Amino acid sequence: MSNFLLAWIVLIPFISSFIIGVMYLYSIKVARVPNFVFSLFGLSAPLLSFLLGFSFFLQMIGNDEIFLYKAYRWLEIDGYDIDMGFMADKLSIFMVLFITFVGWLIHIYASGYMKDDKGYGKFFFYFNFFLASMLLLVLGHGPIIMFMGWEGVGFSSYLLISYYYEDGENVKAGNKAFIANRVGDFGFIVAMVTMFYYAGSNGFDFLNLKESLLSVPVPVLTFIGFSLFVGAIGKSAQIPLFVWLPDAMAGPTPVSALIHAATMVTAGVYMVARFHFLYDLIPHVGLFIAYVGAISALFAAIIATKQTDIKKILAYSTMSQLGYMFIAVGLGGYSVGIFHVFTHAFFKALLFMGAGAVIVALHHEQNIFKMGGMKKKTPLVYFTMLIATLAISGIPPFAGFFSKDEILLTAFSSGEYLLWIIGVFTAILTAYYMFRLLFVVFYGKNYKEDKKLHFLPKSMTTPLVILAIGSILAGFIGIPELLGGENLIGSWLGNWKNSSLHVTHSTEIILMVINIFAALLGIFIAYKKFYMYDMKEVPIFTGIVWNKFYIDEIYDTLIVHKIKQLSIFISYKIDVHFIDKIVMGLSRGFIRSGHYIAKMQNANTRFYAFTMLIGISVISTYLIMVLR
Amino acid sequence: MDHILSLIIFFPLLAGIAGFLVNKDSIRVYGIVVSALEFSLTIALWIGFDNNIDGFQFVEHASLISNFGMSYSIGVDGISLFLVILSTFMTMIALIGLNIEKDAKNLIISILYLEMTMVGVFLSLDVILFYLFWEFSLVPMLYIIGAWGSDRRIYAAIKFFLYTFAGSVLMLVGILYMGYFYFQQTGIWSFSIVDWQLLSMPFNLQLWLFGAFFLAFAIKVPMFPFHTWLPYAHGQAPTIGSVILAAVLLKMGTYGMVRFLLPLFPDATIYFLMPIAIVAIIMVIYAAMVAYAQEDMKQVIAYSSISHMGIIILGIFAINAEGITGSIFLMISHGIVSGALFMLVGCIYDRRHTKNMSEFGGLAISMPTFATIYGIMLMASVGLPLTIGFVGEFLSLMGFYKVNWLMTLFAGTGIILGAVYMLTLYKRSFFGEITNEKNRGLKDLHGRELVALVPLVALVAILGIYPKPLLEPIDLSVKKMLVLMHKKAVLPDTQDFILKVNTIKGGE
Repeated sequence: MSNFLLAWIVLIPFISSFIIGVMYLYSIKVARVPNFVFSLFGLSAPLLSFLLGFSFFLQMIGNDEIFLYKAYRWLEIDGYDIDMGFMADKLSIFMVLFITFVGWLIHIYASGYMKDDKGYGKFFFYFNFFLASMLLLVLGHGPIIMFMGWEGVGFSSYLLISYYYEDGENVKAGNKAFIANRVGDFGFIVAMVTMFYYAGSNGFDFLNLKESLLSVPVPVLTFIGFSLFVGAIGKSAQIPLFVWLPDAMAGPTPVSALIHAATMVTAGVYMVARFHFLYDLIPHVGLFIAYVGAISALFAAIIATKQTDIKKILAYSTMSQLGYMFIAVGLGGYSVGIFHVFTHAFFKALLFMGAGAVIVALHHEQNIFKMGGMKKKTPLVYFTMLIATLAISGIPPFAGFFSKDEILLTAFSSGEYLLWIIGVFTAILTAYYMFRLLFVVFYGKNYKEDKKLHFLPKSMTTPLVILAIGSILAGFIGIPELLGGENLIGSWLGNWKNSSLHVTHSTEIILMVINIFAALLGIFIAYKKFYMYDMKEVPIFTGIVWNKFYIDEIYDTLIVHKIKQLSIFISYKIDVHFIDKIVMGLSRGFIRSGHYIAKMQNANTRFYAFTMLIGISVISTYLIMVLR
Repeated sequence: MDHILSLIIFFPLLAGIAGFLVNKDSIRVYGIVVSALEFSLTIALWIGFDNNIDGFQFVEHASLISNFGMSYSIGVDGISLFLVILSTFMTMIALIGLNIEKDAKNLIISILYLEMTMVGVFLSLDVILFYLFWEFSLVPMLYIIGAWGSDRRIYAAIKFFLYTFAGSVLMLVGILYMGYFYFQQTGIWSFSIVDWQLLSMPFNLQLWLFGAFFLAFAIKVPMFPFHTWLPYAHGQAPTIGSVILAAVLLKMGTYGMVRFLLPLFPDATIYFLMPIAIVAIIMVIYAAMVAYAQEDMKQVIAYSSISHMGIIILGIFAINAEGITGSIFLMISHGIVSGALFMLVGCIYDRRHTKNMSEFGGLAISMPTFATIYGIMLMASVGLPLTIGFVGEFLSLMGFYKVNWLMTLFAGTGIILGAVYMLTLYKRSFFGEITNEKNRGLKDLHGRELVALVPLVALVAILGIYPKPLLEPIDLSVKKMLVLMHKKAVLPDTQDFILKVNTIKGGE
């Protein structure tokens, strides 16, 4: 069988990353390696993985076969084995396809974006390492293998955020991302260990766990589901571990597009979907997940309305969209959530790449209020950005409309009306802040300088066009039956619990109209406030929203500083002045008692005679007392 | 192959004595060749080792003082095999990386002598022999720290010596009493571990003897609150001393726990399990916090060692195959990783003559290869999956989960704290602009250093991706020991406990 090719989907980018890494070290140490060599290895890897993934996709059409390849036994302890195994079912192959495809486009874009960077090779070294880890994450056949990819993506994300490491702030952002992710990973490990303890005896992979988790008591399942979700919170930047995502924008823009928008941050959603057999057993945890998602979505959208940095607006919007996905998967609409992961990958990658193009064109300006009039200067970027903005706002027939509509439908039909209201309200905000961005950047008149725009190479603009087409078409794979379409994604991902079928068609139509109306309302407000935005100076913002509700500051004071203080206290007060003092005190006590005893040996004959006398009298008194 | 173990123990000693005759200029080559031969002997041992036998192999036995049952008795099983290989491997690597010119001859001979004692500790089956090697190992280390260390080397060396010596004297009392007890029970004297392990002991006696042995091991590990000698020793020791101290010498303590405490005193082990586990968890968190506050790069790694040793102890006192096998694997992985880290600190110390992180910054710009290897080792140290560090840590935690899930959670926070202090170290030393002009023209790693470090990097990756060859023999011997513990426990509660922590729910 050709199942071993599954491993090669992961291995190709991994090997390419390794080769590029070695070449890069060679190039900085010995002789310069031209950029096209790096590009050759860097760009071919995602394409090859995509083709391999596609071949599995073709084999899967029309049947429910699950491809499993166990490469070797990773460890074997006490009769329990863990294999290095790869599994491709419809969910993971679907993820592989869009990760490699979008990843490939972003690679092409990056080859233009990073063209003049001296760390060009290093960039692709990290980038392909990320891709390999991400593919391992989705193809792992069990939690442990998934966790390897899970940590791998976290690590490469850290490397890429700190990419411009000369600036300490970027490194700080990288550390923050890694540590916040580690808190999540801690939850993941706890969940894995618990799962192994309660259900690992028949094999610790997804297929076996599906069966063996059925016999585990519900409180334990709740604990597992909750701990796993802590991992998802960390990776997918939900409340309360989201703080790293906005700072993660310190990395190069292609990184933000690939890792912090299209792929890695959706790993949490993927994980919940992958563990659907677990979450089906514990709907109360699912509801909790949905609420965390909804609150995160709203919270991020509110913050996004006041931001000025183009990439941070998009970062908060990513967090907000991830919240939508969690609403869906939390309520059991796994295919709906994955559908939004899919459409979101297209339009959010496009938004970031468009933003990157604008940033490059304006010589690395990121404040939207220092931009303006880009519509005339870069019409192609404008046009593609417009499509992506329409898509994220939920205007039909663009991709985001269908997936967002289904999420809200899921919330409504599950009877969670509060979630639905939050979702609709967030949709208004989404349309508002996205069009605010669009109007200010492309229509505004703030940018007055006649500095020549930086040239945008073809490698940067072509992917924009392809993704724009994707942002228009991606939604059509999940057209609701209401509109005469066939929900391809629903039927592809199979017979998961999907509650969206319990409402009447008329309700469905009303909900759809409400969604469209919400989006239009948001656009209208943005139009009123920001169309042809003209302001002589960059506005100065104040207030709690602009300051992101002071969450960073609160964390700093309550956690970061406290830990630092505590460790300084332990280190200098307890360790040096208490524990070591006792130890040294003991040893000095010996020395001191030695000194005292030494005084007896003072070579003074009278003293010796005196002690002898005392000794003899004591002994004789004793003897007299005893013998009497 | 009959006498390969004796050869492995005494070859470094004989070569060391012969080393006095070697010319001063060629002594380093001589040392490397000897240690490489010694390493290949242990590899030959591994090749000859039968993975399907759970007991001792290559056993050699010769009576020394037959009246008192003291004998020259050595053997190897899955538990000790890889620790022996680790000792010879790290000695070789440390000698390759050595760059001290002053009195190099004496230093290299001391190292070879130290190698003999380390290997001897892991291979001894006679407790008196074990104790001899155990104490002998102090002498070369005292000399290495005291003669080649930094400014306060004498203080550090004496503190190291007296502290660990004080602990082991108690162990000697325990050993002698144990021998006497064996004589009382059976009418013959024996100091063989194999004999002792078969002897059932009353609960009260177990408690006392456990205490005497435990203190010696706890100081060696070093367990909180007996750890204060370690930062001094590391702070003052030359690079090669730190490498061997961290990589191998500390493992003698945890090895002793596995080899003596568990099989000899099973009831006492269970009795003291909770307090020890609590101390281990305190140690994990405490040492991580202290590491975070350090300014000196070497101290960060020294305290991180203590933190990792806490996880190892936790794994040992899980009393199940996952925990103990995992902790032995963690001993090996920590040996490789901490050895590499101390060596890397040595590389930068040679160039800048400081270990203070505030003096660095931007090293990644001037020394990219150094930064890369350092980064890989750092990630192995924080336990990133697919590096060597993850396997042991994960298995140890998984093992202890069966004992107590809540405590495992606390120990698991070490995963987060480890990332905090290590990333802070990396950020302060390697990232950012070059603020100190002295760091600008630094030379990157050169040939000798690369030869020493690249094998370590390769091992970190290979054993992380494919740990099974090591785990298999360890697991087999550990399981045998667990059966023995279960069999000889005198209290029914102990037996129940051992059974409980060795089964997982939902099975059978």
